[in-house]
Amino acid sequence: MMTLIGIVTILLVLLVAWQLIRIAELSAEIKKENLTGLPNVKENDVQGKLLFGFLIFLMAGFLYTVVAWGPKVLPTPASVHGEKTEFLFYLSLGIITAAFLITQPILFYFSYKYRGIKGRKASYMEHNNKLELIWTLVPGAVLVLLISYGLATWVRIMNPKFDEDPIVIELYAKQFGWTARIAGEDNKLGYANARYIEDVNILGIDKNDPNGLDDIVVQNLIKIPVNKPIKLKMRSQDVIHSAYLPHFRLQMNCVPGAITEFSFIPNKTTAEMRNDPMVVRQVSEINNIRTAKGEDPYEFNYILLCNKICGSAHYNMQMVFEVVSEEEYKDWLKEQKTFAQSI
Amino acid sequence: MANDVLTPEVAHHTEHHHHKETFWTKYVFSMDHKMIARQFLITGIVMGTIGMLMSILFRLQLAWPEQPFPILKFFLGKWASEGVMDPSMYLALVTIHGTIMVFFVLTAGLSGTFSNLLIPLQIGARDMASGFLNMLSYWFFFASSLVMVISLFVPDGPAAAGWTVYPPLSALPQAMPGSGTGMTLWLVSMTLFIVSSLLGGINYIVTVLNMRTKGMSMTRLPLTIWAFFVTAILGVLSFPVLLSAALLLLFDRSLGTSFYLSDIMIQGEVLSNTGGSPILYEHLFWFLGHPEVYIILLPALGITSEVISTMSRKPIFGYRAMVGSILAIAFLSFIVWGHHMFVTGMNPFLGSVFTFTTLLIAIPSAVKAFNYLTTLWKGNLQFSPAMLFSIGLVSTFITGGLTGIILGNSALDINVHDTYFVVAHFHIVMGLSAIFGMFAGIYHWFPKLFTRMMNRKLGYWHFWLTFISAYGVFFPMHFLGMSGLPRRYYTNTAFPMFDNLADINVVISVFAIAGGIAQLIFFYNFIYSAFRGPKAPQNPWKSNTLEWTTPVEHIHGNWPGEIPTVHRWAYDYSKPGAPEDFVPQTVPLSDEEKNTFHN
Repeated sequence: MMTLIGIVTILLVLLVAWQLIRIAELSAEIKKENLTGLPNVKENDVQGKLLFGFLIFLMAGFLYTVVAWGPKVLPTPASVHGEKTEFLFYLSLGIITAAFLITQPILFYFSYKYRGIKGRKASYMEHNNKLELIWTLVPGAVLVLLISYGLATWVRIMNPKFDEDPIVIELYAKQFGWTARIAGEDNKLGYANARYIEDVNILGIDKNDPNGLDDIVVQNLIKIPVNKPIKLKMRSQDVIHSAYLPHFRLQMNCVPGAITEFSFIPNKTTAEMRNDPMVVRQVSEINNIRTAKGEDPYEFNYILLCNKICGSAHYNMQMVFEVVSEEEYKDWLKEQKTFAQSI
Repeated sequence: MANDVLTPEVAHHTEHHHHKETFWTKYVFSMDHKMIARQFLITGIVMGTIGMLMSILFRLQLAWPEQPFPILKFFLGKWASEGVMDPSMYLALVTIHGTIMVFFVLTAGLSGTFSNLLIPLQIGARDMASGFLNMLSYWFFFASSLVMVISLFVPDGPAAAGWTVYPPLSALPQAMPGSGTGMTLWLVSMTLFIVSSLLGGINYIVTVLNMRTKGMSMTRLPLTIWAFFVTAILGVLSFPVLLSAALLLLFDRSLGTSFYLSDIMIQGEVLSNTGGSPILYEHLFWFLGHPEVYIILLPALGITSEVISTMSRKPIFGYRAMVGSILAIAFLSFIVWGHHMFVTGMNPFLGSVFTFTTLLIAIPSAVKAFNYLTTLWKGNLQFSPAMLFSIGLVSTFITGGLTGIILGNSALDINVHDTYFVVAHFHIVMGLSAIFGMFAGIYHWFPKLFTRMMNRKLGYWHFWLTFISAYGVFFPMHFLGMSGLPRRYYTNTAFPMFDNLADINVVISVFAIAGGIAQLIFFYNFIYSAFRGPKAPQNPWKSNTLEWTTPVEHIHGNWPGEIPTVHRWAYDYSKPGAPEDFVPQTVPLSDEEKNTFHN
């Protein structure tokens, strides 16, 4: 019913627009107004003012969205490298917002100020080397800053140096779900290949590789210790997926036939994050929406998502990462079956 | 100069010859660049309508997930049997929307139309270097469009692996329904498309280099021509690489090779392929894919340069810097493709290199933006619809370009890669800018395309509704991306953490529908004006360039007599001492000018 009303409304709007256009055409015909070719002085005046009006719309829209939707963006990062990238992100965002807030008003103000009303003459100006040099060098200098900061951050993320050996965990993607494998006591993952997949051996771990026997395979939920370096190694069974953990500011593709990796240190436990003021605000906003719809309340969790198109259920590949204290992690680990025990 | 090839006698002969034209040679298998331009434009508009309609369908699903809409059932049939869109169909729609918009509308529709129309007219040539290749170029494009449209109707649906069609998803029919016949047709269509693009591109390059009229030195070329020329070079150098990527994909799909496949188990079946890498495909794809962004954007910037200068009644500011930045952008566009692949696991050192080269593009882009602003400064702005769309382009070019500074920085890309932040970025900087450039071109050169004028009032309505909706659709997407929302999700309801983004999605979809409806005004204006619009005067915009010296009615060979000689650059607007506020390129330099003229 709603859609029917919607369609009828659209049709009516169209009809009204059509009629208005006809009226404009007919009245122009009567007034012998020229509706083609160069605009007349009055139109230039109106359009110039409209362009200035658009500037107000743009700036008001910008302010509104920042105020209304800004609080919805990802909360404080929960990893050590994430804090570094977050700073660079908001530094860059600040710079480009400033550029936006300077250039857009110039564009629309000039459009308004120099609108072709009576008596205006354009000035003949071909170029100005000094000006052009300035706006080559200023963005250049800002970019040098952003590039060097960015590269330094990137290199540190990609070639991390940790005080202790990171815990090795494999993230295995397939259509449509995640499986994780913790490297076990030896902290070495056993060799695996899709060819070895059978029954409970869903990751295709080579039974003859001693490194694999103590590996621990989990689904739906994995616990990791806080403040410990973790090396994630990604594999895929079928197509390209992407392991995306937005709260850790972490993403890496899972490529069939290859192993990719990403190391990080989670520095906030799930419990801590649930008390983060921004998270509290967002969760209560979400729960208001969910209660209104009669859905179960939501509790914050670190979530692993797929972020590379991988097929029809791409939109629903999830796994919970629970960041806990080291003791809790060890206790949890003891409850899990090793690969040797499960086969 | 090669324009000697077509002496007036020869031209006269051709004209005479064409008296015996039939309907088929005049309207269908035409070798006249003006007719071919129209063919490209109309095909592009038809494809664009399909692409836009698709976006409205999937915006319905995104704003009101899994709610039934009769319109979905009407268009999608069994893919929305209860009026609710099927998830595979959602992916198919975003895939074909992207493919159509990137290649069929903004590459062929934009470049094909305006390179064809304007290169001969603005450089002073009777036609393209090879009318026959030019005709072939259109018909390959037509065939390609036809195959793409046919692929929408195969039983398993069209290709659905995203417009980048990464293998193995696109290589294995078991991976998703769209990777069957639909994907084969996609590859066939793209192969035809590449042939079309190469035939066109070679023609444009040769024509610009060899067929300029007397006095039309490279430094006197209008910026439109510079843009089309460099675009053609980009296309000729990069499209063959896409062809090779597509061929290898075809081999993997049909002949059992393993270029992109290795150690795969799918639908419970272990494949024998080993040793290949899908990352190879990504490198090949983006070696075209990134220059492609500029193949789309440069012509729009060229058109804008021309329109802004003419309609400001002022020379374009910094002509040489504009040409220089086109060249710099074109060069850099070949060495930045890896920024699409920061998180593929490629060597981090490569990531560093690509970050460096990518962010450098901001410099020539900033130069262009500032030069546009300075051209407006102290002008006498004439707000024709083309001018409004050009101002819109400058606005979106800046807004969208700025977010590139975040995405191009590998450390930051980690978190926003493949989120709606990217969707916002490329739609604004490339999609909107290019389509605004295309609209500007249509309004400005409609008299040259269809010998008639478009209605200005309707143009205003069209511009304002489009411009406001465009910002309304894409600006909010930045916030979705900064909330970590991945693109290409059929619905966001699977993750409660995204529940508070639902209202943003509704806003976006409402603007998308409004923007779609606004295009009806354009269609009406376009069709009505093409048949019933008032006849165009000789030079409706009081413009300097050569195309306005040709007769209003199309004739073969463009000029009835000799091709005019060019004496000056294209931007002598409001020149002190000149009787009017424009001095056509055909007006000889006065004695004082000879001493001061910078060309």
